[in-house]
Amino acid sequence: MAKKLPDNIDEIQTEVIETDLLIVGGGNAGCFSAIEGKKINPDLKVTIMEKAHISRSGATAAGMDAINTYIPEGKTPEDLVRWSRSQVGGGPIREDLALSNAKELNQAVDDLEAWGLPIVKNEDGTFKYRGAWDISIHGEQLKPIMAEKAIEVGAEVYNRVVATSLLMDGERCVGAMGFGVKDGKFYVFRAKAVIISTGGACGLYKSYTSDATNSHHQTWMCPFNVGTGYAVGIRQEAEMTSMEQRWVATRTKDHCGPVDTISVGYKSAIINAKGDRILQKHYAHLGGDKAPRYIRANAPMEEWLAGRGPTFVDTTHLSPEEVKELKIDYLNERPTFVLFLASRGQDITKDPIEIYGSDPYIVGGHTQSGYWVDLERMTTIPGLFAAGETAGGSPNKFVGGCAAEGKLATRGAINYISSVSLPELDSKQVGQEKERVFAPLLRGPEFDGVSPLEMEERMQRLMDEYAGGTSQFYRTNEERLDYALKHLKMLQSQVIYLYAKDLHDLMNAHEVIDRLDVAEVLTHHLKFRKETRWQGWQTRSDYPEINPEFDCFVESRRNKETGEIEAFTRPYEQIVSGDRYKP
Amino acid sequence: MPPRIDIEKCDGCKAQEEPLCEQVCPGGLMSLGENMKAYCRQLRDCWDCMACVKICPVGAIETRVPYQLGYHVAKLIPMMGTDTVTWTCQDINGKVERFKYRNRNDAE
Ligand SMILES: Cc1cc2nc3c(=O)[nH]c(=O)nc-3n(C[C@H](O)[C@H](O)[C@H](O)COP(=O)(O)OP(=O)(O)OC[C@H]3O[C@@H](n4cnc5c(N)ncnc54)[C@H](O)[C@@H]3O)c2cc1C
Ligand code: SF4
Ligand code: SF4
Repeated sequence: MAKKLPDNIDEIQTEVIETDLLIVGGGNAGCFSAIEGKKINPDLKVTIMEKAHISRSGATAAGMDAINTYIPEGKTPEDLVRWSRSQVGGGPIREDLALSNAKELNQAVDDLEAWGLPIVKNEDGTFKYRGAWDISIHGEQLKPIMAEKAIEVGAEVYNRVVATSLLMDGERCVGAMGFGVKDGKFYVFRAKAVIISTGGACGLYKSYTSDATNSHHQTWMCPFNVGTGYAVGIRQEAEMTSMEQRWVATRTKDHCGPVDTISVGYKSAIINAKGDRILQKHYAHLGGDKAPRYIRANAPMEEWLAGRGPTFVDTTHLSPEEVKELKIDYLNERPTFVLFLASRGQDITKDPIEIYGSDPYIVGGHTQSGYWVDLERMTTIPGLFAAGETAGGSPNKFVGGCAAEGKLATRGAINYISSVSLPELDSKQVGQEKERVFAPLLRGPEFDGVSPLEMEERMQRLMDEYAGGTSQFYRTNEERLDYALKHLKMLQSQVIYLYAKDLHDLMNAHEVIDRLDVAEVLTHHLKFRKETRWQGWQTRSDYPEINPEFDCFVESRRNKETGEIEAFTRPYEQIVSGDRYKP
Repeated sequence: MPPRIDIEKCDGCKAQEEPLCEQVCPGGLMSLGENMKAYCRQLRDCWDCMACVKICPVGAIETRVPYQLGYHVAKLIPMMGTDTVTWTCQDINGKVERFKYRNRNDAE
């Protein structure tokens, strides 16, 4: 029920919490981080700061139907890295990170099974593979299972507390701040080390269904993950990597649900209006049905552009038993796809499933955009670690890899904790952040300003049309990127006009503020990479070819003094032998 | 795809401190109104994860497909057991399908 809103900043209570290890975002990676912390040292104080409620939050809120990576018998972590590298067109990827993740991966998945996750098995008891690396699960309860374990081991959980910034001691991160979206308090968490695991960024771009009544959030990625984890680091001059490598995927049309379930799990070919098998016909030289992920993601949209849409995954060969299994897969992961088919009265053995491109996301557990981290998963800010979608450099992590990385980040953080102590609380910094956070709520009823939704829609349309969104078939050029940057700056300068009617609205206000900071960095990265390396994920119509000079990482830092984003490169290092372009 | 609440069925979770649908919504969209019945504060912001539908003890919540995306009227109703879930789906032509499977094993 509506809580009485404060009239001034002094009415807002500040709560200060001290802990050893703070985890910001109790999702897939965050829960694993917490559990690992308690396992290594039961006396360690582990605290989770979570925007939603950890029982159903983030990407896995609806459940999952597969674990996309689990190393089968006879294959090695190096093989997984080779596959992952080939999926992003030979990289560059951070092979050091990818390899360490791969070595930890199977144990994390085995943990899930031990905690009660049903994994689909063959008759001989081995895991049932859907493709080369992915296993099928009945993961409707995946998130509650992880959350219950985190609580059971004794992690202290603050639900409904939205992180808005890092707490700093000079260059070092010593906690995080935020506000309670239900209780209206200001929270200061002081910690010896912080793991940021807030998931990816959805809603930077307009989704093509967003104009439909009640479908603003008909997105594939969880729309409540808005990129805050990246934004808080960007504002503290953290180095970000590969932010131009957006994740764009083929998704069910008008619903934006996963498609791998059908195309990989049920060997259904991607076809165009004429029934041509697109990948075999146009992309045979790149591997056909096994072409790199961005090619497969982009191919249906190229058909639409060429006048050969609509596009489908051809399910007309499926038996009734297979249709039933396929629907169960969706019920485990994105249940409303079954409802959607029912709302079209569609029999998928007669009418194939229509597909289309998604809006672009920043998700470092899929592509490799995010924080530049070292092997311990420490970012360039001492004391701040990243895991899951927030950590850049190693793509194709998904559920298992994000879980594995959660563990690795905790080990890194615990090593770090042994050499540090908590500095005194900087009350000036706390006061300033409190003022910034609550400003949109305290502007008074007469204030003539801008609502969070208005600003969000302006930003999403801008990004869609100028920074390579779905409506532009993901293409952009120098002039459009300059236009986007100019208007992003104007939007940032208008943040002072944002007003919030209540605490939920205040959360929405900070969501758009954070998205603007991520969008700006991403646009600078797109501008810096003057080539087209990953069509769809990153398409420059003015530089349509690969330029070997860009066989490196594009990095950036937002200069704290000038507010300018400085882009630079880092070299690629091949660690795992073999042809980079082959799995 | 927004939730639709049957206010006849909703009992406000019998005045629990935080009603279950409010607790589980990953976007914090569900709340109790003055009438002690649940409502979704921003229909357009729902991600149709169905967490609220699954947890409601009295089956008061249904997910509806917006008309711009799908036709009138399809239904998908989950029944949650302790370690199984049963879904019933009815399409716009009245065709009913049922799916039942295990969603939890005993922990080791
Ligand atoms: C629809 C869908 C289907 C998928 N299917 C598969 C699949 O079949 N197999 C597979 O392996 N992978 C799949 N994935 C990918 C996988 O789910 C993700 O890569 C992984 O779960 C991400 O983990 P994470 O911990 O980084 O993020 P999340 O699990 O999303 O966790 C982020 C957490 O941070 C919280 N948070 C966000 N902002 C704040 C803030 N400001 N303050 C505090 N907390 C905050 C969120 O509420 C959330 O709890 C799928 C993803 C989606 C969206
Ligand atoms: S969970 Fe169901 S009964 Fe409880 S408040 Fe929500 S709608 Fe009402
Ligand atoms: S379906 Fe999910 S996002 Fe929508 S109101 Fe229910 S819990 Fe919230």
